[in-house]
Amino acid sequence: MSETAVQTKEVTPQVSGASKAADALEARLGALSLPAGGFTAGARAEALARLRDMGLPGPRDEYWRYTDPRAFNTARPAPLAIEENAPDSPLFADIDKLTLVFVDGEFDAEASDDLSLDGIVIDTLAQADAAGDHWARDLYGVLEASGQSPVKRPFAALNTVAARDGVLIHVTGKPSKPVHVIHRRADEAADVNWHHVVRVETGAELTLLETGMVGARSNGVLEADLAKGAKLHHITSKRAGHQTVGLSHIFARVEAEAQLKAFALSVNGTVMRHEGVIDIVGDDAVAHIAAAALGDGNVGRFHHDDTVFITHAAERCESRQVFKKVLKNGAEGVFQGKILVKPGAQKTDGYQISQALLLDEASQFLAKPELEIYADDVKCSHGSTTGAIDETALFYLRSRGVPYERAIVFLVLSFLADALEEIEDEVLREQINDRLEAWLTRRAKQ
Amino acid sequence: MLKIDNLHVKLEEEDKQILKGLSLEVPAGEVHAIMGPNGSGKSTLSYVLSGRDGYEVTEGGATLEGEDLLDMDPEERAAAGLFLAFQYPVEIPGVGNMTFLRTAVNAQRKARGEEELSSGEFLKLVRAKAKDLQIDAEMLKRPVNVGFSGGEKKRNEILQMAMLEPRMCIMDETDSGLDVDAMRLVSDGVNALRDAGRSFLVITHYQRLLNHIKPDVVHIMSNGRIVKSGGPELALQVEEEGYGDLLAEAG
Repeated sequence: MSETAVQTKEVTPQVSGASKAADALEARLGALSLPAGGFTAGARAEALARLRDMGLPGPRDEYWRYTDPRAFNTARPAPLAIEENAPDSPLFADIDKLTLVFVDGEFDAEASDDLSLDGIVIDTLAQADAAGDHWARDLYGVLEASGQSPVKRPFAALNTVAARDGVLIHVTGKPSKPVHVIHRRADEAADVNWHHVVRVETGAELTLLETGMVGARSNGVLEADLAKGAKLHHITSKRAGHQTVGLSHIFARVEAEAQLKAFALSVNGTVMRHEGVIDIVGDDAVAHIAAAALGDGNVGRFHHDDTVFITHAAERCESRQVFKKVLKNGAEGVFQGKILVKPGAQKTDGYQISQALLLDEASQFLAKPELEIYADDVKCSHGSTTGAIDETALFYLRSRGVPYERAIVFLVLSFLADALEEIEDEVLREQINDRLEAWLTRRAKQ
Repeated sequence: MLKIDNLHVKLEEEDKQILKGLSLEVPAGEVHAIMGPNGSGKSTLSYVLSGRDGYEVTEGGATLEGEDLLDMDPEERAAAGLFLAFQYPVEIPGVGNMTFLRTAVNAQRKARGEEELSSGEFLKLVRAKAKDLQIDAEMLKRPVNVGFSGGEKKRNEILQMAMLEPRMCIMDETDSGLDVDAMRLVSDGVNALRDAGRSFLVITHYQRLLNHIKPDVVHIMSNGRIVKSGGPELALQVEEEGYGDLLAEAG
């Protein structure tokens, strides 16, 4: 059934709503060319059953109340011109790293570095899936499946079904440089499902960078499994066109004494949603997830949603959520963040802050912070603020001769500073900061 | 240098007149002090002169070397040579003190059609001036005023003043929150900047600061106007007798 037929069919909602939704899902699946899978075949079949059971989300689903899921439900994305002059991604260009390039979500070996590096084994999903059994079999679709409760995430299941490629990284040591995944576009109508799996063994460490542009529509999943004392630092900055529709998910399992730090920078995009589902399962572990998003409603609709669910299931663990959004000209921001402290997760230290800087009265920010605590000796806090530029600080800067537009750039960077602080590596942080500054300076003039 | 003529100012948000016909002239090279009780309009005067939003000039005017100040944006006033040392310098997390200072210096130079300083030139200059004010490299690297003590913030204001080399400096209660040593440091910094081409308007509650920064003229302000002007002895009189008799005498 075509997309148009689904959208225009006149039905009475009570009787046919469910079948209409099921039709939409089948149309969505039908538009993708689904891989049969090798080592992933079982996981894909289970995910498909899960997905059919859940169905696509509707506006009445609790976690889709603030973000209209329709852009992700249509069978195909609207084609999106590929900007000729868009540089690949100057970000992280001049640091020593191992680069993998994906074009419309498929690995491009020629454009990529040699994948061998001490302390780490890198494969790509499509190749490994064709080759037979693989270590990632224990994780592919597994962390996604466990992240489906208590909140349903149908698009993550759809990703497990449909993902054609991605990177599989097994970290056994401390590689000398970060791994950098760069996404590129080729087909104007590409509907990309990428799926990465990372396993960081006991005491091993990895920094994973991810940049570039993904598809006219994209849906990504990163499954990360951190063994005892492992460290994973994930820094992503995906360039989006003004009309891009994108979803991404991180599913992480963090064992004892391990440290997960994730930071995402987003600029542009018409409807973007990032979900973080983090299970802290071992004592003394740390999980930080932070993001900065900037949008200007003047260049097309901007709607950005961060939805985070952190579960503490062990003692003396620390989690931090730091989410900042800068919204301008009718841009919309959403934050849904939850900390769940399970019985017995004593001495939990959970912190959550979501803040929006509204540069005008037309923009809006919706925040839904949640705490659910079943242990009695914990420290959890959450806060959410929405505010405008601080007039006193603006005057202070201008009184020193800093021009108005430049002063606004300073104050926006100042607002975002807490989120950027979550990037441990100073060089990487500086590069992200410079990228932001350039974007802000460019936009200030428009 | 600075000429204020019959200045009337009200708050934009509420119908409250703060300055009610204030006139004052600070010639080049002179230091003038303004003293006055709380609520007399001293801070409003400093904000109106430097261009803060929220005030409406209903009558009168102010010029800096003949140029109409009140017509300019705050950054234009700064480039024209006006500097306000804040009573409460603002903390700006995430923006390095050096980045801020260099942007300010170069923006002013650019606005005046002068060549911008290279990072090498800037660094050399800022290090020399910071040393005089006992501001160490660590303080320069930190975000603007974040984690600074009261004294450090005021020293940072004087460092900005020294780097920007304004012609007209307004100091809004710079002595507030300073201990004796910090007051001496700040005063030494200001005194080092005194020259024939630079003027100061020092706003203060107390005579104490004026022991260190010796004024040529002292003005007493009350209820939005200058009610009495005189030499440094006027400040001493305030210190000994309070404002009561002076204001009564001025009617």
